[in-house]
Amino acid sequence: MGRKTLIPIGPYHPLQEEPELFKLYCDGEIVTDIKWETGYNHRGIEKLSESKTYDQVFFLVERICGICSTSHPFAFANAVEEIAGIEITDRAKYIRSVIGELERIHSHLLWVGLAGHFLGYNTVFMWAWKYREPVLDLFEMITGNRNSYAMFKVGGVRRDIENQKIPAIRKEMSVMRKKLDLLTGAVMDDPVIHARTKGVGVLTQQDIIDYAAVGPTARASGVDIDVRRDDPYAAYPLVNWKVITAQAGDVFAKAEVRLLEMYESASIIEQCIDALEKMEEGNVALKINDIPEGIGTGRAEAPRGEVFHFVVSDGSNSPARHKIRAPSYTNIATFKKSCIGQTISDATISLAAVDPCYCCTERMAAAYDASTGEKILNANELINLSLKRTSEIRKSDAGHE
Amino acid sequence: MGFKEFCFRKSLWVFHFGGASCNNCDIEIIDCLTPRHDLERFGILLVGSIRHADVLLVNGSINRRDKDRLLELYNQAPKPLLVVAIGACGCTGGIFAEGNTFAGPVDKIIPVDAYIPGCPPKPEAIIAGIVKLAGKKG
Ligand code: SF4
Repeated sequence: MGRKTLIPIGPYHPLQEEPELFKLYCDGEIVTDIKWETGYNHRGIEKLSESKTYDQVFFLVERICGICSTSHPFAFANAVEEIAGIEITDRAKYIRSVIGELERIHSHLLWVGLAGHFLGYNTVFMWAWKYREPVLDLFEMITGNRNSYAMFKVGGVRRDIENQKIPAIRKEMSVMRKKLDLLTGAVMDDPVIHARTKGVGVLTQQDIIDYAAVGPTARASGVDIDVRRDDPYAAYPLVNWKVITAQAGDVFAKAEVRLLEMYESASIIEQCIDALEKMEEGNVALKINDIPEGIGTGRAEAPRGEVFHFVVSDGSNSPARHKIRAPSYTNIATFKKSCIGQTISDATISLAAVDPCYCCTERMAAAYDASTGEKILNANELINLSLKRTSEIRKSDAGHE
Repeated sequence: MGFKEFCFRKSLWVFHFGGASCNNCDIEIIDCLTPRHDLERFGILLVGSIRHADVLLVNGSINRRDKDRLLELYNQAPKPLLVVAIGACGCTGGIFAEGNTFAGPVDKIIPVDAYIPGCPPKPEAIIAGIVKLAGKKG
């Protein structure tokens, strides 16, 4: 074996807008191993959530990740509504879906841009981000903020989409299709992009199943999963749309899936606003007084895959336990498969291809010495400690019998 | 015109430090560079190394893991350096201030010249903040 070189990327690397550290172990040009370190972004959200009321938690989960700032409230609302057995009004369902799909469009456009940037295609980067702006303008019109929309609450949505705003949304969707045609053409027909992405960072169907990857990452490898269809929520069962899949599993397939998904999103939005227009305005939120005791799980299809929230209620006004699993948590693990054996230059696009989102993923446990601030144990050591304790208890129990 | 003013008169180079944030502020900062706002036409450039920077943009609440690294970056930076705290998180810790890993806010760790509040601040607000700061110092 040749000499091994370690190339660190991050934690504050100009290429990434989030802090994370990748360690690429290389033999010449070829990546032989990869490790990553996170925790730069850990904010203790699950714990914070226990100190907030159900109404406040929405603002907190929205701030888990700025790009998917609807998926987390979506999943949390589904979980709490499962506990309380609430069925929201049809109008609220349609509004939730409109917001969810607008978010998917802006998030996928953002990814296309960043992927172009990683490939050295800054034109695509600037284009995609330019096309993303009108979507943010729509958000500003509907919700009052470009990101972090504060639209959701238990039992419905916080504000209505008034009928007078609907023509603007419809117009933007038809313009968006033209822009998407242009962008899709530019990406799909470009020989350089083909050369850089086809056959790069391949994940087979088996890899996806082994690593439990979700979302477009899975769909690009021929694994046909989508929470919107498999576990329907909001207005998705009420409209017509299809799940996009591809077979190749390489970076190109992932781009293809995301680009085509944006068309589906546009069509879902159009169907939803058509339905909204035919309804009476208002009546978008039920009045919920108490959340009973119970356990609820909520799922939602974020732009990156399945978001899962688990909520335990003890009948008080804040969650007793709130567990969150974001899609990137499983998707990031696929790096072991997609990057090893690639050249360094292909590794970066393979890393970017799953659209990793670290602020969603941050899970870290470490014990610090309170007086000196020195780290004494990391997560693995903590787990080992726990394992040891269990085995000791087992042993002593066995002794008693 | 003193030396410090002279330094900030033209082409501010910016280094971006994203602490424990929700990513929105980070995205809005990059948004400032894309066609609608296009900060680069004023010579404002995102640079890859703190050693080239005139301005340090800090966003996100600072957790225990970020704290030492932020301090280290500040020490490595050539002075004079303008430090701008972006977003509710950067200014006060925002919604994460009660978190168990919180070690900020930014101004407890390094001196801050300007605060741009908002969650996230709009790109216009970020630009206005930086322009105001440069105008005052330069
Ligand atoms: S200020 Fe708001 S938008 Fe910015 S990082 Fe903090 S939570 Fe996110």
